[in-house]
Amino acid sequence: MNRIIMLPILLPLCTAVVMIFFRRSTAMHRILNVAATALMSGVSLVMLGSVQAGGILSLQIGGWEAPFGISLVADMLSSIMVVATALIGFTTALYSLGTIDEEKEHYFYHPLLQLLLMGINGAFLTGDIFNLYVWFEVMLISSFVLLVLGGKPEQLEGAIKYVTLNLLSSSIFLAAVGILYGIAGTLNMADLAVRIPLLGHRELLSVVGVLFMITFGIKAAIFPLFFWLPASYHTPPVAVSAIFAGLLTKVGVYAIMRFFTTVFIHEEAAFIHQVLLFFSAFTMVVGVLGAVAQYDIRKLLSFHIISQIGYMIFALAIQSPLAIAGALFYIIHNIVAKTNLFYISGLIQCLKGSWDLRKIGGVYRFYPMLGLLFLVPALGLAGIPPLSGFWAKFVVIKAGIDSEHYLLVGIALCVSMLTLYSMIKIWNEAFWKDDPRGEGSVEDEGYLLIPSMKKVMMVLPIVILGSVTVVFGFWFEPFFEIADRAAAELLDSGAYIEAVMGGRS
Amino acid sequence: MTFMLAVIVGVLYATGTYLILRRSMVKVIFGLIFLGHAANLMIFTVGRLTKGVPAFVPEGMEVLTEPFADPLPQALILTAIVIGFGVQAFTIVLFKRTYQTLGTEDLDQMRSTDQLPGEES
Repeated sequence: MNRIIMLPILLPLCTAVVMIFFRRSTAMHRILNVAATALMSGVSLVMLGSVQAGGILSLQIGGWEAPFGISLVADMLSSIMVVATALIGFTTALYSLGTIDEEKEHYFYHPLLQLLLMGINGAFLTGDIFNLYVWFEVMLISSFVLLVLGGKPEQLEGAIKYVTLNLLSSSIFLAAVGILYGIAGTLNMADLAVRIPLLGHRELLSVVGVLFMITFGIKAAIFPLFFWLPASYHTPPVAVSAIFAGLLTKVGVYAIMRFFTTVFIHEEAAFIHQVLLFFSAFTMVVGVLGAVAQYDIRKLLSFHIISQIGYMIFALAIQSPLAIAGALFYIIHNIVAKTNLFYISGLIQCLKGSWDLRKIGGVYRFYPMLGLLFLVPALGLAGIPPLSGFWAKFVVIKAGIDSEHYLLVGIALCVSMLTLYSMIKIWNEAFWKDDPRGEGSVEDEGYLLIPSMKKVMMVLPIVILGSVTVVFGFWFEPFFEIADRAAAELLDSGAYIEAVMGGRS
Repeated sequence: MTFMLAVIVGVLYATGTYLILRRSMVKVIFGLIFLGHAANLMIFTVGRLTKGVPAFVPEGMEVLTEPFADPLPQALILTAIVIGFGVQAFTIVLFKRTYQTLGTEDLDQMRSTDQLPGEES
């Protein structure tokens, strides 16, 4: 059963390799992409089920015992994240069929998507910090290429900012890994968790902690390290924006969660949590203010990602079991809702021919069902009951009040209002007001030309993710129990250490 | 030896930081490369330099005896160099392509993705 951990990594890798052999057949690429991501969803659910039933799974690659070889570990947190990755991978594979043009497909769009998923799954499943660095690089290089695929001027311009800041973050990460190895003499996360409390050089450990915080902070787009995100996320094709928006920043949040609850669990971590708490407020506020000012739908949504990251970091930094569970539920809810909003923005652009909210309008008049599909993730994101965002915010704010962070709770609630305002802004501008270019003049100009198969492929992912948001809202209890168990596991690193190191340590 | 390497690492970090703050794209690439090298050399140095004692188990013994040179940092650096090489190659091509498309290598000119539409550039 342990071997199943390798599948979420091996499956996309093998698919990508097979695809490269069928270079000329884009039809083959499409089928393989959808089939592989569907299979990955199945595998990840089986993995989650078996972790839930039988405790943490771990696998020592090449049979080298724990602190010496590379370990793959699937605890509740990792398994949940892999399930979310597979879901987003699957819907994006479908959505790509409707939106990605032949030329991009010819230049390895589908294999790159698989490699991106491999990197993300690898980062979630590894139990070794240097290996985490390698998976980050796999993820980054695939995302670089996906970002510039098409080669439009704004894509290149956005990519320069994205690439430079992410490479900077990688080099800081590498340095931090090196110093940590110099102090602790091990790279295995479980082994580090055992050894770090016993080490001298506490001041040096704090420095390493801050270095890790900065690297993951850049990846997660925390204030003031987020500037690469709104500069680049609105430039690539919308399917690519959607998968980036859903997953990439969350890998950074995951890494912060893993590092500062499993690996660093002492006074260094307490200091880091204070810093994160402080910056989470700025992240929430700056992100949402940026969003309110925008008129380009994708830019507006990109700024929202930052604001939402603020909530997750806030919950993480509180560190009570309830807060961690809330953060985790928030991450999953946000992955689903945010990706869905990007899909919808792509559909609106396809209908109206523009991203600019001032130039479009009247979507609701002709496509009332699309209005409903938009309202589910939009109100979910803003936190209107009974959708998933309400529960996510409710738990986070409850945890904030329990730990007496009243100021931050106040800020979080105000930011929530502004989130709602900016969602209403999209609703008013794109859906409600009349088309400024006159009635029916350009309405569904491009849309009618699209074959109906492609239309289905564009709407289906929106329906799938929308129903997930609704299900999270109405059947909150079982999902939160899973998140709660993951949080309990995360805060008690004993089980994790036991699963990786076996009897030794 | 350790002292000398420490100085080199410091100089590389300083140069790299200075270069990535410049407006010219070419200098930014060099800055990134320097920062990568600095990190690699630093791993090498903090992995403790031990001269002339490879990590072999001596004849007739069962385990390694101190002191021995730790081979792991070198393995890490090797991986990091390979990854860095690939990523830097990609970056150079990206920067060249950007220069060809936009006709400028001044990073201060590349603001269109950060501006609200209709704002003065």
